[in-house]
Formats: sequence, structure tokens, C-alpha cells
Amino acid sequence: MELIVMLCVLAASAGLCLIPTKKITFAAGITVGTGIIVLLLATHTALVVSGGTKVVVIPNWFACDGFGALIMLLVSYIGVGTSIFSWGHMKPEGEDGLLRLRRYYSLYNLFLLAMLAVPLLDQISLVWIALELTTLTSVFLVSFDKTPEAYEAAWKYAILTTMGAILALFGILLLYWGMHLTGGESFTWEGLAKAMPNIPPAILKAGFVLILIGFGSKAGMAPLHSWLPDAYSQAPVPICIFLSFVETATIPYVIFRLWPGFIGPVGAETGTWLVFFGLLSAGVAALLLIQTKELKRLFAFSTIEHHGIILVAAGLGGTAAGYSAAYQISTHMITKSLCFFAVGAVLVTIKNPKISAVRGLIRSYPLAGIALLMGALAVSGAPPFAVFLSEFSVIRAGLTNGQFLAVGLLVLFVGISFCAIMYHHSRMVFGKPLVEVRAPVFSPSLVVPLLMTAIPVVLLWIAMPRTLDTLLHLAGALLGR
Amino acid sequence: MITSDTTITTIGQLNALTGGLFLLSCFGLVATRQILACLKIFIGQSIFLVASALILAVMFSSWHLFAVAVITLATKILLIPWMLRRTISHDVYARREVSQVFNIPTSLLMALALAVFAYFLIHPLFLSIPGHAWENLPIGMAGLLIGTFVISARREAIPQVIGILAMENGALFAGIAIAPTLSLISELAAAFDALVVTLVFALLTRRIHEHVGNTMVGNLTVLKED
Repeated sequence: MELIVMLCVLAASAGLCLIPTKKITFAAGITVGTGIIVLLLATHTALVVSGGTKVVVIPNWFACDGFGALIMLLVSYIGVGTSIFSWGHMKPEGEDGLLRLRRYYSLYNLFLLAMLAVPLLDQISLVWIALELTTLTSVFLVSFDKTPEAYEAAWKYAILTTMGAILALFGILLLYWGMHLTGGESFTWEGLAKAMPNIPPAILKAGFVLILIGFGSKAGMAPLHSWLPDAYSQAPVPICIFLSFVETATIPYVIFRLWPGFIGPVGAETGTWLVFFGLLSAGVAALLLIQTKELKRLFAFSTIEHHGIILVAAGLGGTAAGYSAAYQISTHMITKSLCFFAVGAVLVTIKNPKISAVRGLIRSYPLAGIALLMGALAVSGAPPFAVFLSEFSVIRAGLTNGQFLAVGLLVLFVGISFCAIMYHHSRMVFGKPLVEVRAPVFSPSLVVPLLMTAIPVVLLWIAMPRTLDTLLHLAGALLGR
Repeated sequence: MITSDTTITTIGQLNALTGGLFLLSCFGLVATRQILACLKIFIGQSIFLVASALILAVMFSSWHLFAVAVITLATKILLIPWMLRRTISHDVYARREVSQVFNIPTSLLMALALAVFAYFLIHPLFLSIPGHAWENLPIGMAGLLIGTFVISARREAIPQVIGILAMENGALFAGIAIAPTLSLISELAAAFDALVVTLVFALLTRRIHEHVGNTMVGNLTVLKED
């Protein structure tokens, strides 16, 4: 029941945010309150699921298992941070500023609703609709600034990701056809997984390729990533975090849910495709990271890199690799949120997105400097932060499986990315400040989201909460086939 | 028995004819420069889609496909064109798209190549699993690929949106033949999704028109790495 309440609360909040009030505090407060309620409900459901019970609300339509609960918990946790950040940093500007912000909060809640619906729906055709809604609800969030550049980014984003979604729809229909041929009836994750061993391999492979390419273009998988840095460069910071979540958690979740059905030679072949596209994404992102000149674009390329690492982890095969993929999804998402909150702090004071415009942050604005340096070290996989452990677990799983070439290339690309990210950040954090930051921001709307993400990034290095560990193992078991 | 066989053959031929006309409408989208004509061809394509759903409904004796035909009629033939005309200024529709990425003969040749490619791609699937109406699968695939090509080759916003809708028509044309028993809730949700897609793209086109001054989205190339 919590699952339905969660979605209803978000839908109601989206409606309430549109009420014309004199101050935006109403919509911002409603959004933060909704975020906290959703997190509490998600935590309760996750605790139930980690006890070994799959929560089923409407059989074959609405349910939540270990992997779904992990994604739900992550998105609701990050949702609270982004809503608090939005409260402090999204200010009404211009004549229609209030109206635009009301629409922002309304679409924000709908975007969150669509992201939460994906892991909670059991019917695959409806999962596709929910994924499509993540694009449709976020198009006007990407174009929030109403500049020609923002519209350009929004158009590219909408066109390319919708094209991809329709390709994926074709793949999903092929899988339904295959399931129907074998006498399967319910088009749920479980129903499809049961039917898949009997589906003709030609249909399985065609369906998988279309889904991988289709959803891959929505996730910014190389070489279909061209829209991604443009959208990140224009979207407000909280929306960048949500987009990142869709690319490195929601889309991989949907692709990986098909995994248990791919066994035997088809399984090996699909695993190879995942490793190939994963390495391609990590490699392309590593090279683009070297030459990037904008702060938000830098983290966009980092997202492509991590999407690649996650695909490689799942493609390696086996329970350990499956666990490492789920672990990488979790650590990356929290770390990337930290990075974007730090970017938000920088952009509020130094209103120039160019990397060359930011120098000596540690002196002029220590909070932003420390947060940005910590985020950069963490996201590029340096110890003692959580991403190091998850990346290490991917490498260990690959070596155990004997996939030395894939692991070697992955280590090379991760190494290049590390050097590129640290090169850019060392210049921004250290050195002589170019501009004097007169009033550095220390507001709760900045400090709370930073702490909400920085603490887990460090703590996950030291210890893993039991519930989270159980959910990771459940996801790993599903991915491990 | 003879009557029954004759009926089946006739329905099969009608199905093939609808498929042919559907494919022809895809080429029409590639060959048309005027934006209003593009929209009209899309409506024509949607009529063939509805006709296909009705023919398959008779073929499979499925009330479900009748419902799909009604939903498609309401959304693709009535609501979506109305929404596009209402949201975007009329002078946009009167334009002829002179500057395209490829000229018309080259575009048609490429669309033809894509149609042949779709048959090669899908051929192994329906060859190994014989059954009637599955010939709609490569036609749907061709519609999908040609829709992708329309999006890539056009610079104007409306033809690109019609390319997206044509892709969806292609997926649906194949989908109703191979998945006639997909739940009605999913069909309704897909129709709702198509409406929202159209609304979002139409509003975005209007805003681009207001803020940029034209709807040549192919010329929006400011954002790139310096």
C-alpha cells in the first residue's frame, strides 16, 4: 500500500505546487515535505523487502523486490537532497519568475514520480511508459532558463531520447511476441524470465539489441551520447542530478531486469555486447573528459564513464559481478549528487560555467572548494571513498571471471578519467582566485544536501548498513543469473 | 469451406494492400517539402494503421484489436493533428522546407535502402516462425527506420515531430500484428503517451518559435565544446 501512497503523494504535490501563491516558499516547502514522506515510505518498504519478502500490491502490475527497492531507496534519498537544494537556490527571476518556479516544482515532482514508478511497476509495457514519462516531464526542466541555448539542448534531448524509446518499444514488442509464442501469459519481469529460455534465440537477440540501443541512447551510451553534455550544461543543478540518476540507475535497472532470462549462448553473447558498449562509453568519456572546458559538461562526461563501468560490471557475468554493478549504481549516484551540489555552490557565487573562470576556490570559498575536491576525488575512484570500493569490486569480479582484456581496458579508461578530472579540479580548487567571492553561501539549503551526500560517501568506505547490503545482495543474485 | 478459404485469402490480400499503402506513406513523408502536406500524409498513414488494426481484428476475431483501432482513430487521426494545428502558428505550416540535409531523390533512394534493409533484418525472424500477418513486421520496421531518417534529414521542427510519430506508427503497425493480445491498459497508456509526446513537442516548438524566431531546429548548433 505504501507504494501507491508514495506515487499519489507525489502526484498531489505536483498539483499543489501550481497553486498561485505570493511566495514560492509554499511550493518549495510542499516539495521538501513530499520528499521526506516518500523517503520514509521507501525506507519502510526497503526494510520489509530486505527481510526477504517481495512486496506485491497488485499482482502482475505493482510490486517491489530487492533490486527495485534499492533503486527506490536511492531515488527517494537523493530526492530529499535535491528538493532542499532547490528551495535555497531556485529563485524567481523576471516578470514570470514565480509562475516558472511553480511549474518547475510541479514538473520536478512529476519527474520524481516517473523515476519512482519504474522500479515499482511489474508490467513491462507500463515500465516503458514510465521511462518515456521521465523524458517528457524533464524536457521543460532542461529548458528552464528559456534561452535559445536551453531550447536547443531541450530539443536535442527530447528528439534523441524519444527516438531511442521507440526503438526500445519495438524490442519490447518483439520479446512479447516471443513470450506469446511459447505460451507465456503475464508480461511481467518474472513471466518473461520464465518464458525466455524457450523463446527462439533470433527474437531474443533482436529484442535485446533494440532495447540496448534504444534505452542506451536515452542513457547517453556512446556513441549515442551527443545530447547529454548539452542538456547538462543548460539544466538546473537538481535536474542534472535526476538526469544522471535516470542514466546510471533507472535505465541500467530496466536493461538488467531482462538479465535472468538470457542464459546459455544468448546470455554469453548479450554479455559481450554489454561489455563492448560499456568499454566504448568509458573510453569515449575518458577522452572527452580531458578536453572539456565547462564544469557541468565535465560531470556529464563522468556520468557517461560511470554508465560504461556499470554496463561492463553487469556484462562480466556471475553473482559477484552483479553485486558490483548494483554497488556501483549506488555509490556513483550518491557521489555524483555530492559533485553537483558542489557545482551548484560554485555557480551561485561565480556565475560562469567555464572551468577557466574558477580558480583558488579553497581560499575564496572554502566550503565549495572542499566539497568540489572531495566530490572529484570520490567520483574519479580515489580512496577512501565509496566509488573506489565499488570499482575495485568490479575489477575483482572481472579478474575472477578471467576477463583480463576487458578489465585491463577498464582500468586504463578509469585511470585516464581520474587524471583528467583531477587535472581540471586541481586548477579550480588551488591557485590564486581570479575573482573575489564577497559573500560565500553557507545556507542550510546548501550545507544539508552536501552533508547528506558527503557523509555516506565516506561512511560506505568504513561500513555498509545491513539493509543496504541485503538489497545489494538481492540485486546481485538477480543479475548474477 | 471454399467460402471460408476465400474469405481468409481476401483478408490476407487486404492486409498486404494496407501494408503496401502504409509503406508508401512513409516514402511520402520523405518526398514532401511542404509542412502541411507532411501532416496530411501522417494522417493518411494513421488511417492505414487503423485499417490494418481492423483487418487484423477480423483475421484474429479479436475485439481487442477493434478497441486498438478506435483508440488509434481518436488519437492519431483526430486529437494529434488537432493539437499540432492548434498549438503552433499557422504560418509555420505554410512553409516549404527548401533546405534539407539531402535532396529529395537522394532521400528517396536512402529510404528505399532502409526499407530493403528492414526486410533483411526481420527476414530471419518470421521465416523461422511461419504465420499469417507477420509480414507486417518488416513493414513496421521499415516505417520505424524511415521515421528515423526523416528526423535526421529534416531541419524544420514539425517534420521532425512527424518523424517521431511515424516511428511510433511503424512500431504499432508491427506490434498489433505480433502482439494482438497485449493488455488494453498498455494500449491506452501508449495512446496517452503519444498525446503527451505530441503536446510536449508542440509546446517546445512554439517556444522555440517565440524565442529563436523560427522553427529550423536543424540550425540550432550553438552548443558544442569550444
